[in-house]
Amino acid sequence: MSIEVKDVTYTYSPKTPYASTALKGVTLRIEEGEYVGVIGKTGSGKSTFIQHLNALIRLQSGEIKVYDIDLTAKKPDLKRLRGTVGMVMQYPEYQLFDETVEKDVSYGPKNLGLDDREIKERVREAITLVGLDYEDIRDRSPFELSGGQKRRVAIAGVIAMRPKVLVLDEPIAGLDPKGKQEILALVKKLKASFSPTVIVVSHDMDSVAENCDKIALFSDGEIARFASPREIFYDDELLAKTELDCPSVVKVAKELSRLGMSLPSMPVTKAELIAALRERRAHG
Amino acid sequence: MPITFKNVTYEYPTEGDPVPAVRDVSLEIADGSFVCVLGENGSGKSTLAKLMNGLLSPTHGEVLVDGETTNTEEEEALFSIRRKVGMVFQNPDNQMIASIIEDELAFGPENLGVPREEIEERITYALEAVGMTEHRHHTPYKLSGGQKQRIAIASVLAMKPKTLVLDESTAMLDPKGRREVLKVAHELNRQGITVILITHYMEETVSADRVIVMSEGSVVMDGTPAKVFGDRDAVRRYHLELPISDYLAEKLREAGFDLPQKIYDEKSLAEEICRSK
Amino acid sequence: MDNIVFGQYYPSNSPVHRLDPRVKLLIVLFYIVTVFFVADYAMYGVLFLFIVAVALLSKIPLRVLFRTVRAVVVLVLITSAINLFFTKGEELLFSWKFISIYKEGIERAIKLALRLILLMLFPSLLTLTTTPMELTDAIESLLSPLKVIKVPVHAIALIMSIALRMIPILMEETNKIILAQKARGADFDTGGVLKKAKAMIPVLVPLFVGAFRRADELALAMDARCYSSVAKRTKYKVMKLTVADLVAALFCLSVFALVFLNKYLWHFDEMILSLFR
Repeated sequence: MSIEVKDVTYTYSPKTPYASTALKGVTLRIEEGEYVGVIGKTGSGKSTFIQHLNALIRLQSGEIKVYDIDLTAKKPDLKRLRGTVGMVMQYPEYQLFDETVEKDVSYGPKNLGLDDREIKERVREAITLVGLDYEDIRDRSPFELSGGQKRRVAIAGVIAMRPKVLVLDEPIAGLDPKGKQEILALVKKLKASFSPTVIVVSHDMDSVAENCDKIALFSDGEIARFASPREIFYDDELLAKTELDCPSVVKVAKELSRLGMSLPSMPVTKAELIAALRERRAHG
Repeated sequence: MPITFKNVTYEYPTEGDPVPAVRDVSLEIADGSFVCVLGENGSGKSTLAKLMNGLLSPTHGEVLVDGETTNTEEEEALFSIRRKVGMVFQNPDNQMIASIIEDELAFGPENLGVPREEIEERITYALEAVGMTEHRHHTPYKLSGGQKQRIAIASVLAMKPKTLVLDESTAMLDPKGRREVLKVAHELNRQGITVILITHYMEETVSADRVIVMSEGSVVMDGTPAKVFGDRDAVRRYHLELPISDYLAEKLREAGFDLPQKIYDEKSLAEEICRSK
Repeated sequence: MDNIVFGQYYPSNSPVHRLDPRVKLLIVLFYIVTVFFVADYAMYGVLFLFIVAVALLSKIPLRVLFRTVRAVVVLVLITSAINLFFTKGEELLFSWKFISIYKEGIERAIKLALRLILLMLFPSLLTLTTTPMELTDAIESLLSPLKVIKVPVHAIALIMSIALRMIPILMEETNKIILAQKARGADFDTGGVLKKAKAMIPVLVPLFVGAFRRADELALAMDARCYSSVAKRTKYKVMKLTVADLVAALFCLSVFALVFLNKYLWHFDEMILSLFR
């Protein structure tokens, strides 16, 4: 088990006329090695939820445990928590600040209190891992890089903390198709190396369906369902209730069944749909 | 012809050898058409947009808007062009100057010296056109991204443009916001406004009259969506992403399904699959 | 965030809310001058009743109005204390070691406290009944005679308006950056002043870079909408003086005149006080 969230409720500006409840009794359990998609309309509580995982928001009520770090504790070990949960915010390139790429990437590990050799080692590893040439880029200013490079440097800054859980808030927002594919491939690579658990907030149902093992569907501050993409995207009642869009693949499959063609399985990825159609044809 | 490019090259002023952001582009945009411009980051799309209303003037060549050249320093001539070619940018928060929506809409007409009573009418019309009438006296701060972009469109509409250029105006929006903006763009196009939509999202281009693909500053493809997406090699070469149903159709064809060559959406793909068995 | 966009604006449709903001602003200026000329309790009482009357008319709950005094409580206490302890006079009331309090000291302390509270209350009514946007327009309009001596009045007003629009956006951005750096292990809370200041660099640099980027894009968007500080603009929102404005102005000015005349000519307060003796 890597993350356990129990009955978390959160209200912004409590006890004022502006009070608004962003999370209501959220409970879920994320196992190590899972790739979890967090989806839901804008304002459904997704961001508030992921900010809790890194104690960027103080727990008001409920319990959260990240590995053995208990966020309910009076003084949770924040340093260790932030080394365990790496958070890539929306448009992370807008948070770059230092003179050189190397210095910027080493900000996180430095804050963890590591020694210089270890920091250097991790920075080199992180920059290489995000697909940039360490020797070539280390002394350049992050501000003179291209948009895609900046985003990679920003992600490297989080990776250099070697988080076991990687949380990304809309990592592909605003990218062109090529950049999108590159970042999605990068996330997969990171998951395979040292961040076995990945949590991605996304509006892009196609990429969620394609990549995630499980989906936490938020609606009005609650988890409407925490299940596999298949269970969620084929539950028409749930989709209607939460005004959720389907991935293209599922739309095609549903259209097929409406036209009277039944498939041997319920595909959510492109490969699954193609396999299902081939199988159906092979067996007449 | 509202907008004509004649051998236009644009180089951003830099030290050393200038690299053209737009190279030798010749184009004619037909009145009332819906044109999409696609291309990777850095392919010159946004520069092309800024050349359309004289925010940039060509290093070589000429851009004509209704026969008027944008190669001018004259403020009045430039204003006459910018009034005809309205432009909406990417980040809704970085293009609004007023804290009340009707003031925001008044800004353009005020700059043009439109009389008060007419500004009033134009605000009413523009808010109506984007479906934001009830927000007239509100602040834009609380609105969703899609609503903010609709206000940005309305602010341009209040200048009564003939052409609307949307420079990646959907890039920062969630799917709902994107749909809202696209719906407004198509509706305005039906009312006779020429729309030039610059975007990364291939699915936004399917219902366009014309798709222009840029790469390294040049126009490399130009035609109907069916023609452009039909050229698979080029699609790959310019890192375009096929709409998913189109990608599926291609894969199924490779797997031996008998699907005709055309542009697919989810529905038409399902229909063709049923037919092909 | 609402607090920044609307200041302490308290929405309501009262006659006071509807007054021309220019008139309200001028009345407040006269009021401030008046307060400095008052030095007797009766006139403090008159002004206080005047404020309560205006508050009732503007449908602002008195508790909301009086809450604004909280902002100056510390200032009031400190200045009163200074006057209490450091005013020398004739009548020594209390003395202990180096502290000695005179009757004059007490009187000055009380009067100063009352004056500060009065100075806070009435201008608060202005900001409670007028949006920052209206105030901006009012300032522009009142300053407009300065255009004759080439003061860029419109530009000043535009800057204020853009600031109002951008402050909440930049606040939100600051918050986002702080969270992002915290997620990278930043510690803003421990250490001395120097360490804390240094810890803010990773927040301030992206904030400034972002602000410049926004400013760039905003300038482009304004250009696209034909903004020019020299061209002849029209103005959508024209403020018009109404009979109500004149009545309000006359009423307020007569109250202030009463206070002045009392000080220099009539000494009403002594007349009134003598009735009770």
